[in-house]
Amino acid sequence: MAIWLDTNSLILVQGMTGSEGTKHTSRMVASGAQVVAGVTPGKAGQDVDGIPIFNDVQSAMAATGANVSVVFVPPKFAKAAVIEAVDAKIALAVVITEGIPVHDSAQFFQYSQNSGGTRLIGPNCPGIISPGQSNAGIIPADITKAGRIGLVSKSGTLTYQMMYELRDIGFSTCVGIGGDPIIGTTHIDCLQAFQDDPDTDAIVMIGEIGGDAEERAAAYIGQHITKPVVGYVAGFTAPEGKTMGHAGAIVSGSAGTAIAKQEALEAVGVKVGKTPSATARLMRELMQG
Amino acid sequence: MDLYEYQAKHLFGQHQIPGTPGEVCSTADAAHEVARKIGGQVVVKAQVKTGGRGKAGGVKLAANPEEAATAATAILGMDIKGHTVHRVLVAEASDITEEYYVSFLLDRANRAFLAMASTAGGVEIEEVAATRPQDLAMIRVDALLGVDEKKATEIVDAAHFPPAVRDQVIAIMVKLWKVMVDEDATLVEVNPLVLAPSGMVLALDGKVILDDNANYRHASHADFVDREGTDPIELRAKEFELNYVKLHGEVGIIGNGAGLVMSTLDVVAYAGEEFGGIKPANFLDIGGGASATVMANGLDIVLNDPEVEAVFVNVFGGITSCDAVANGVLQALEMLKSEGSPLSKPIVCRIDGNNAVEGRRILSEANHPLIEIVETMDDAACRVAELAAARKARK
Repeated sequence: MAIWLDTNSLILVQGMTGSEGTKHTSRMVASGAQVVAGVTPGKAGQDVDGIPIFNDVQSAMAATGANVSVVFVPPKFAKAAVIEAVDAKIALAVVITEGIPVHDSAQFFQYSQNSGGTRLIGPNCPGIISPGQSNAGIIPADITKAGRIGLVSKSGTLTYQMMYELRDIGFSTCVGIGGDPIIGTTHIDCLQAFQDDPDTDAIVMIGEIGGDAEERAAAYIGQHITKPVVGYVAGFTAPEGKTMGHAGAIVSGSAGTAIAKQEALEAVGVKVGKTPSATARLMRELMQG
Repeated sequence: MDLYEYQAKHLFGQHQIPGTPGEVCSTADAAHEVARKIGGQVVVKAQVKTGGRGKAGGVKLAANPEEAATAATAILGMDIKGHTVHRVLVAEASDITEEYYVSFLLDRANRAFLAMASTAGGVEIEEVAATRPQDLAMIRVDALLGVDEKKATEIVDAAHFPPAVRDQVIAIMVKLWKVMVDEDATLVEVNPLVLAPSGMVLALDGKVILDDNANYRHASHADFVDREGTDPIELRAKEFELNYVKLHGEVGIIGNGAGLVMSTLDVVAYAGEEFGGIKPANFLDIGGGASATVMANGLDIVLNDPEVEAVFVNVFGGITSCDAVANGVLQALEMLKSEGSPLSKPIVCRIDGNNAVEGRRILSEANHPLIEIVETMDDAACRVAELAAARKARK
């Protein structure tokens, strides 16, 4: 087992015929994911490496049984693409697209909440991988292996770094939830799913400055998570008022600082590493006793 | 992008939100002229993107054009919390009967928007929230439903606005929400919103934050970009479309992925504590791909920062494998050399991930005099801090 993505996942790619969509489709296929369809309006009947293209999500799902969508469409068209996936009642939509206006994200998030049938991951995220089972997004598959650690992170490359450092122990599922101010799946959603997953023994949670998601996750851990959690927070040296790459990574006033997040996590017994490597060491000690 | 008060008020004007007449000026002469046109008492206000300008002496009343010019002379060039005042807003001074507060903002925690309103305006709203929370109405705004007259009424009544101004404030809230949506703002705030003796409700101040991701659908927002207030290296990085933030330190940082780069800044700052307080000089994320051209542009920006003594290239090869990254770094240095860039600052490279052994082999065989390879991020941070401290000491 794993969370949200496993051997039964049949993936369709919205925006498969674009350059990013094509490139990452072949990477997903190479890593063993079952990519069954692409969606690009007006290009039905074509194919990408033998994978059929459909005009819309609904017909792609009807023809192939796809239950996961990975969205690569440009920011301008992302809102319409997500709403189309939600209308088609796909179980999981992973929005990779970076640079979506936050009003659009707020609207398609609310739309997915109202409809209730689709879990959104992202936007501006690297996706989700259950090593050895399936891979939806742009996370490199060959840097780690299957195992029993669950990983949730706002950051792509820090996810990869942690997957790589702990590659001999391995992961059940790694979720890159994205660095935007509004995201469909939160740290708490992932913690809850990992807690309920019999194939996950321990959890790594990677956070960064901005917002209070880590503080809320800490409160949730204190009340609901019995599996061991190791944490890392990036951005201790970030100055106030400067956006650090991710649209959501900004310290405003006293809110969103790394130190506040670290203290909140440590207060509920989460061991927080000073550097990514130190964090990996904490998890290694935990898993290897 | 944070807007100046005068820019925020410009947007308010476009959306028919009532305010006081005024113009922005960058000289005392211009302030004199604007005060003459307005006639009567004016207020001269420093335009800075920080709070507390009143306490710092950045807001002055002037009874006539001469006083306005004197006030402008005093305020222009003033330093307010590290921000130099380049412009003042000269506006009609309104008498104030009552002061209120209204705003809309993005509510990350609830993944929606939030309306805030209070009849206790004119002071820091954080103070109202802390000391008398019953006087601050906070109402969730659904991103799809937005704010119509009915919703605005709910907000205004929750804050107990007096009957005499209720309808005016409701109308203003509907228009402010239009600013929020039509301009792709993540914050619009009016503090104070005032009741003038005439009975009119006016926006006397304004704060707006625009979403940079939406710039593609707002060509006119390019006019708001503040070139004087932006670091020149940041402006140049922007031309290269690099994700760069200038900081003040000695170690230039180049990495891929926002989280990894933020983490690199932290690790360098920790390591720097051992070397007399060496700090990171910048944030620079060259993105997941890490191509040679982008690497060259990044090195160009970082090496040309006079504060930088040594550079730390920290790349995790995921999508792009490490051999490609290593070749990218070498090609980038060749490109810079052929363009005549002076190359003398040491570069510590840590590359890890896919095909890391081959990537390190390529770099070490190239035997470049400036490049040093260190295997782990923590050790590389120590080494680069040491190199930067040594070069700094020699100056």
